[in-house]
Amino acid sequence: MDEQDKPLSLVLFSGTDDKLNAAAVLTVGAAAMGRPVNLFLQYYALDAFRTGNLCADHALSPEATEAQAPVVRAHPGLHWSELLKQAKDVGEVNIQACALSMDMFHLKQADLDSLVDGVEGVAAFMASASEGQVVFI
Amino acid sequence: MSTVAIDKTIDARGMACPGPLMNLIGAIRQGQVGQTFEVLSSDEGSKTDIPAWVAKAKQELVEVRADEGFSHFIVRKVR
Repeated sequence: MDEQDKPLSLVLFSGTDDKLNAAAVLTVGAAAMGRPVNLFLQYYALDAFRTGNLCADHALSPEATEAQAPVVRAHPGLHWSELLKQAKDVGEVNIQACALSMDMFHLKQADLDSLVDGVEGVAAFMASASEGQVVFI
Repeated sequence: MSTVAIDKTIDARGMACPGPLMNLIGAIRQGQVGQTFEVLSSDEGSKTDIPAWVAKAKQELVEVRADEGFSHFIVRKVR
């Protein structure tokens, strides 16, 4: 398989808007270039995908300095949830919630936004990742 | 000035990366084979992204032309 056709698999751990946005940009780029993309939502990233919570203020990661934070917030790019919708529209994007994190936060799939396709365990995610890269964000 | 006949112009100036590319992809999907699309973009990422996508999607990059503060990307839908 050509390197450019292998799936890209992203583990979304951080639930801050900057990291979710960075992950969504990678997703839409890979999907546009024809690569299948798997997203695995864990911990704080999973919380951001609860129904009605997508567009809440998820703050910025600790590495954002006082000078950088207003610049990041003022940037006019699309919200990460809109980028993920675009990615699903142009390509093959599968968004799965981590079963362990679902259990930790007492969540059911019905508690999650419809962007999330399902709930799976880590072995199933690794099976989907197959020969492609796994990136942890 | 370009002499290429344009069927549709997408003014994506001011849009952040990868917005202009995504708008082009949407237009090409909805368009007919043989149609020519022009994207106006001020996003620096478009300079690398649009040619990369056109090559991958096996469409035709007819012309890239710099203007004042933005670029014109002319793409023909060939498949």
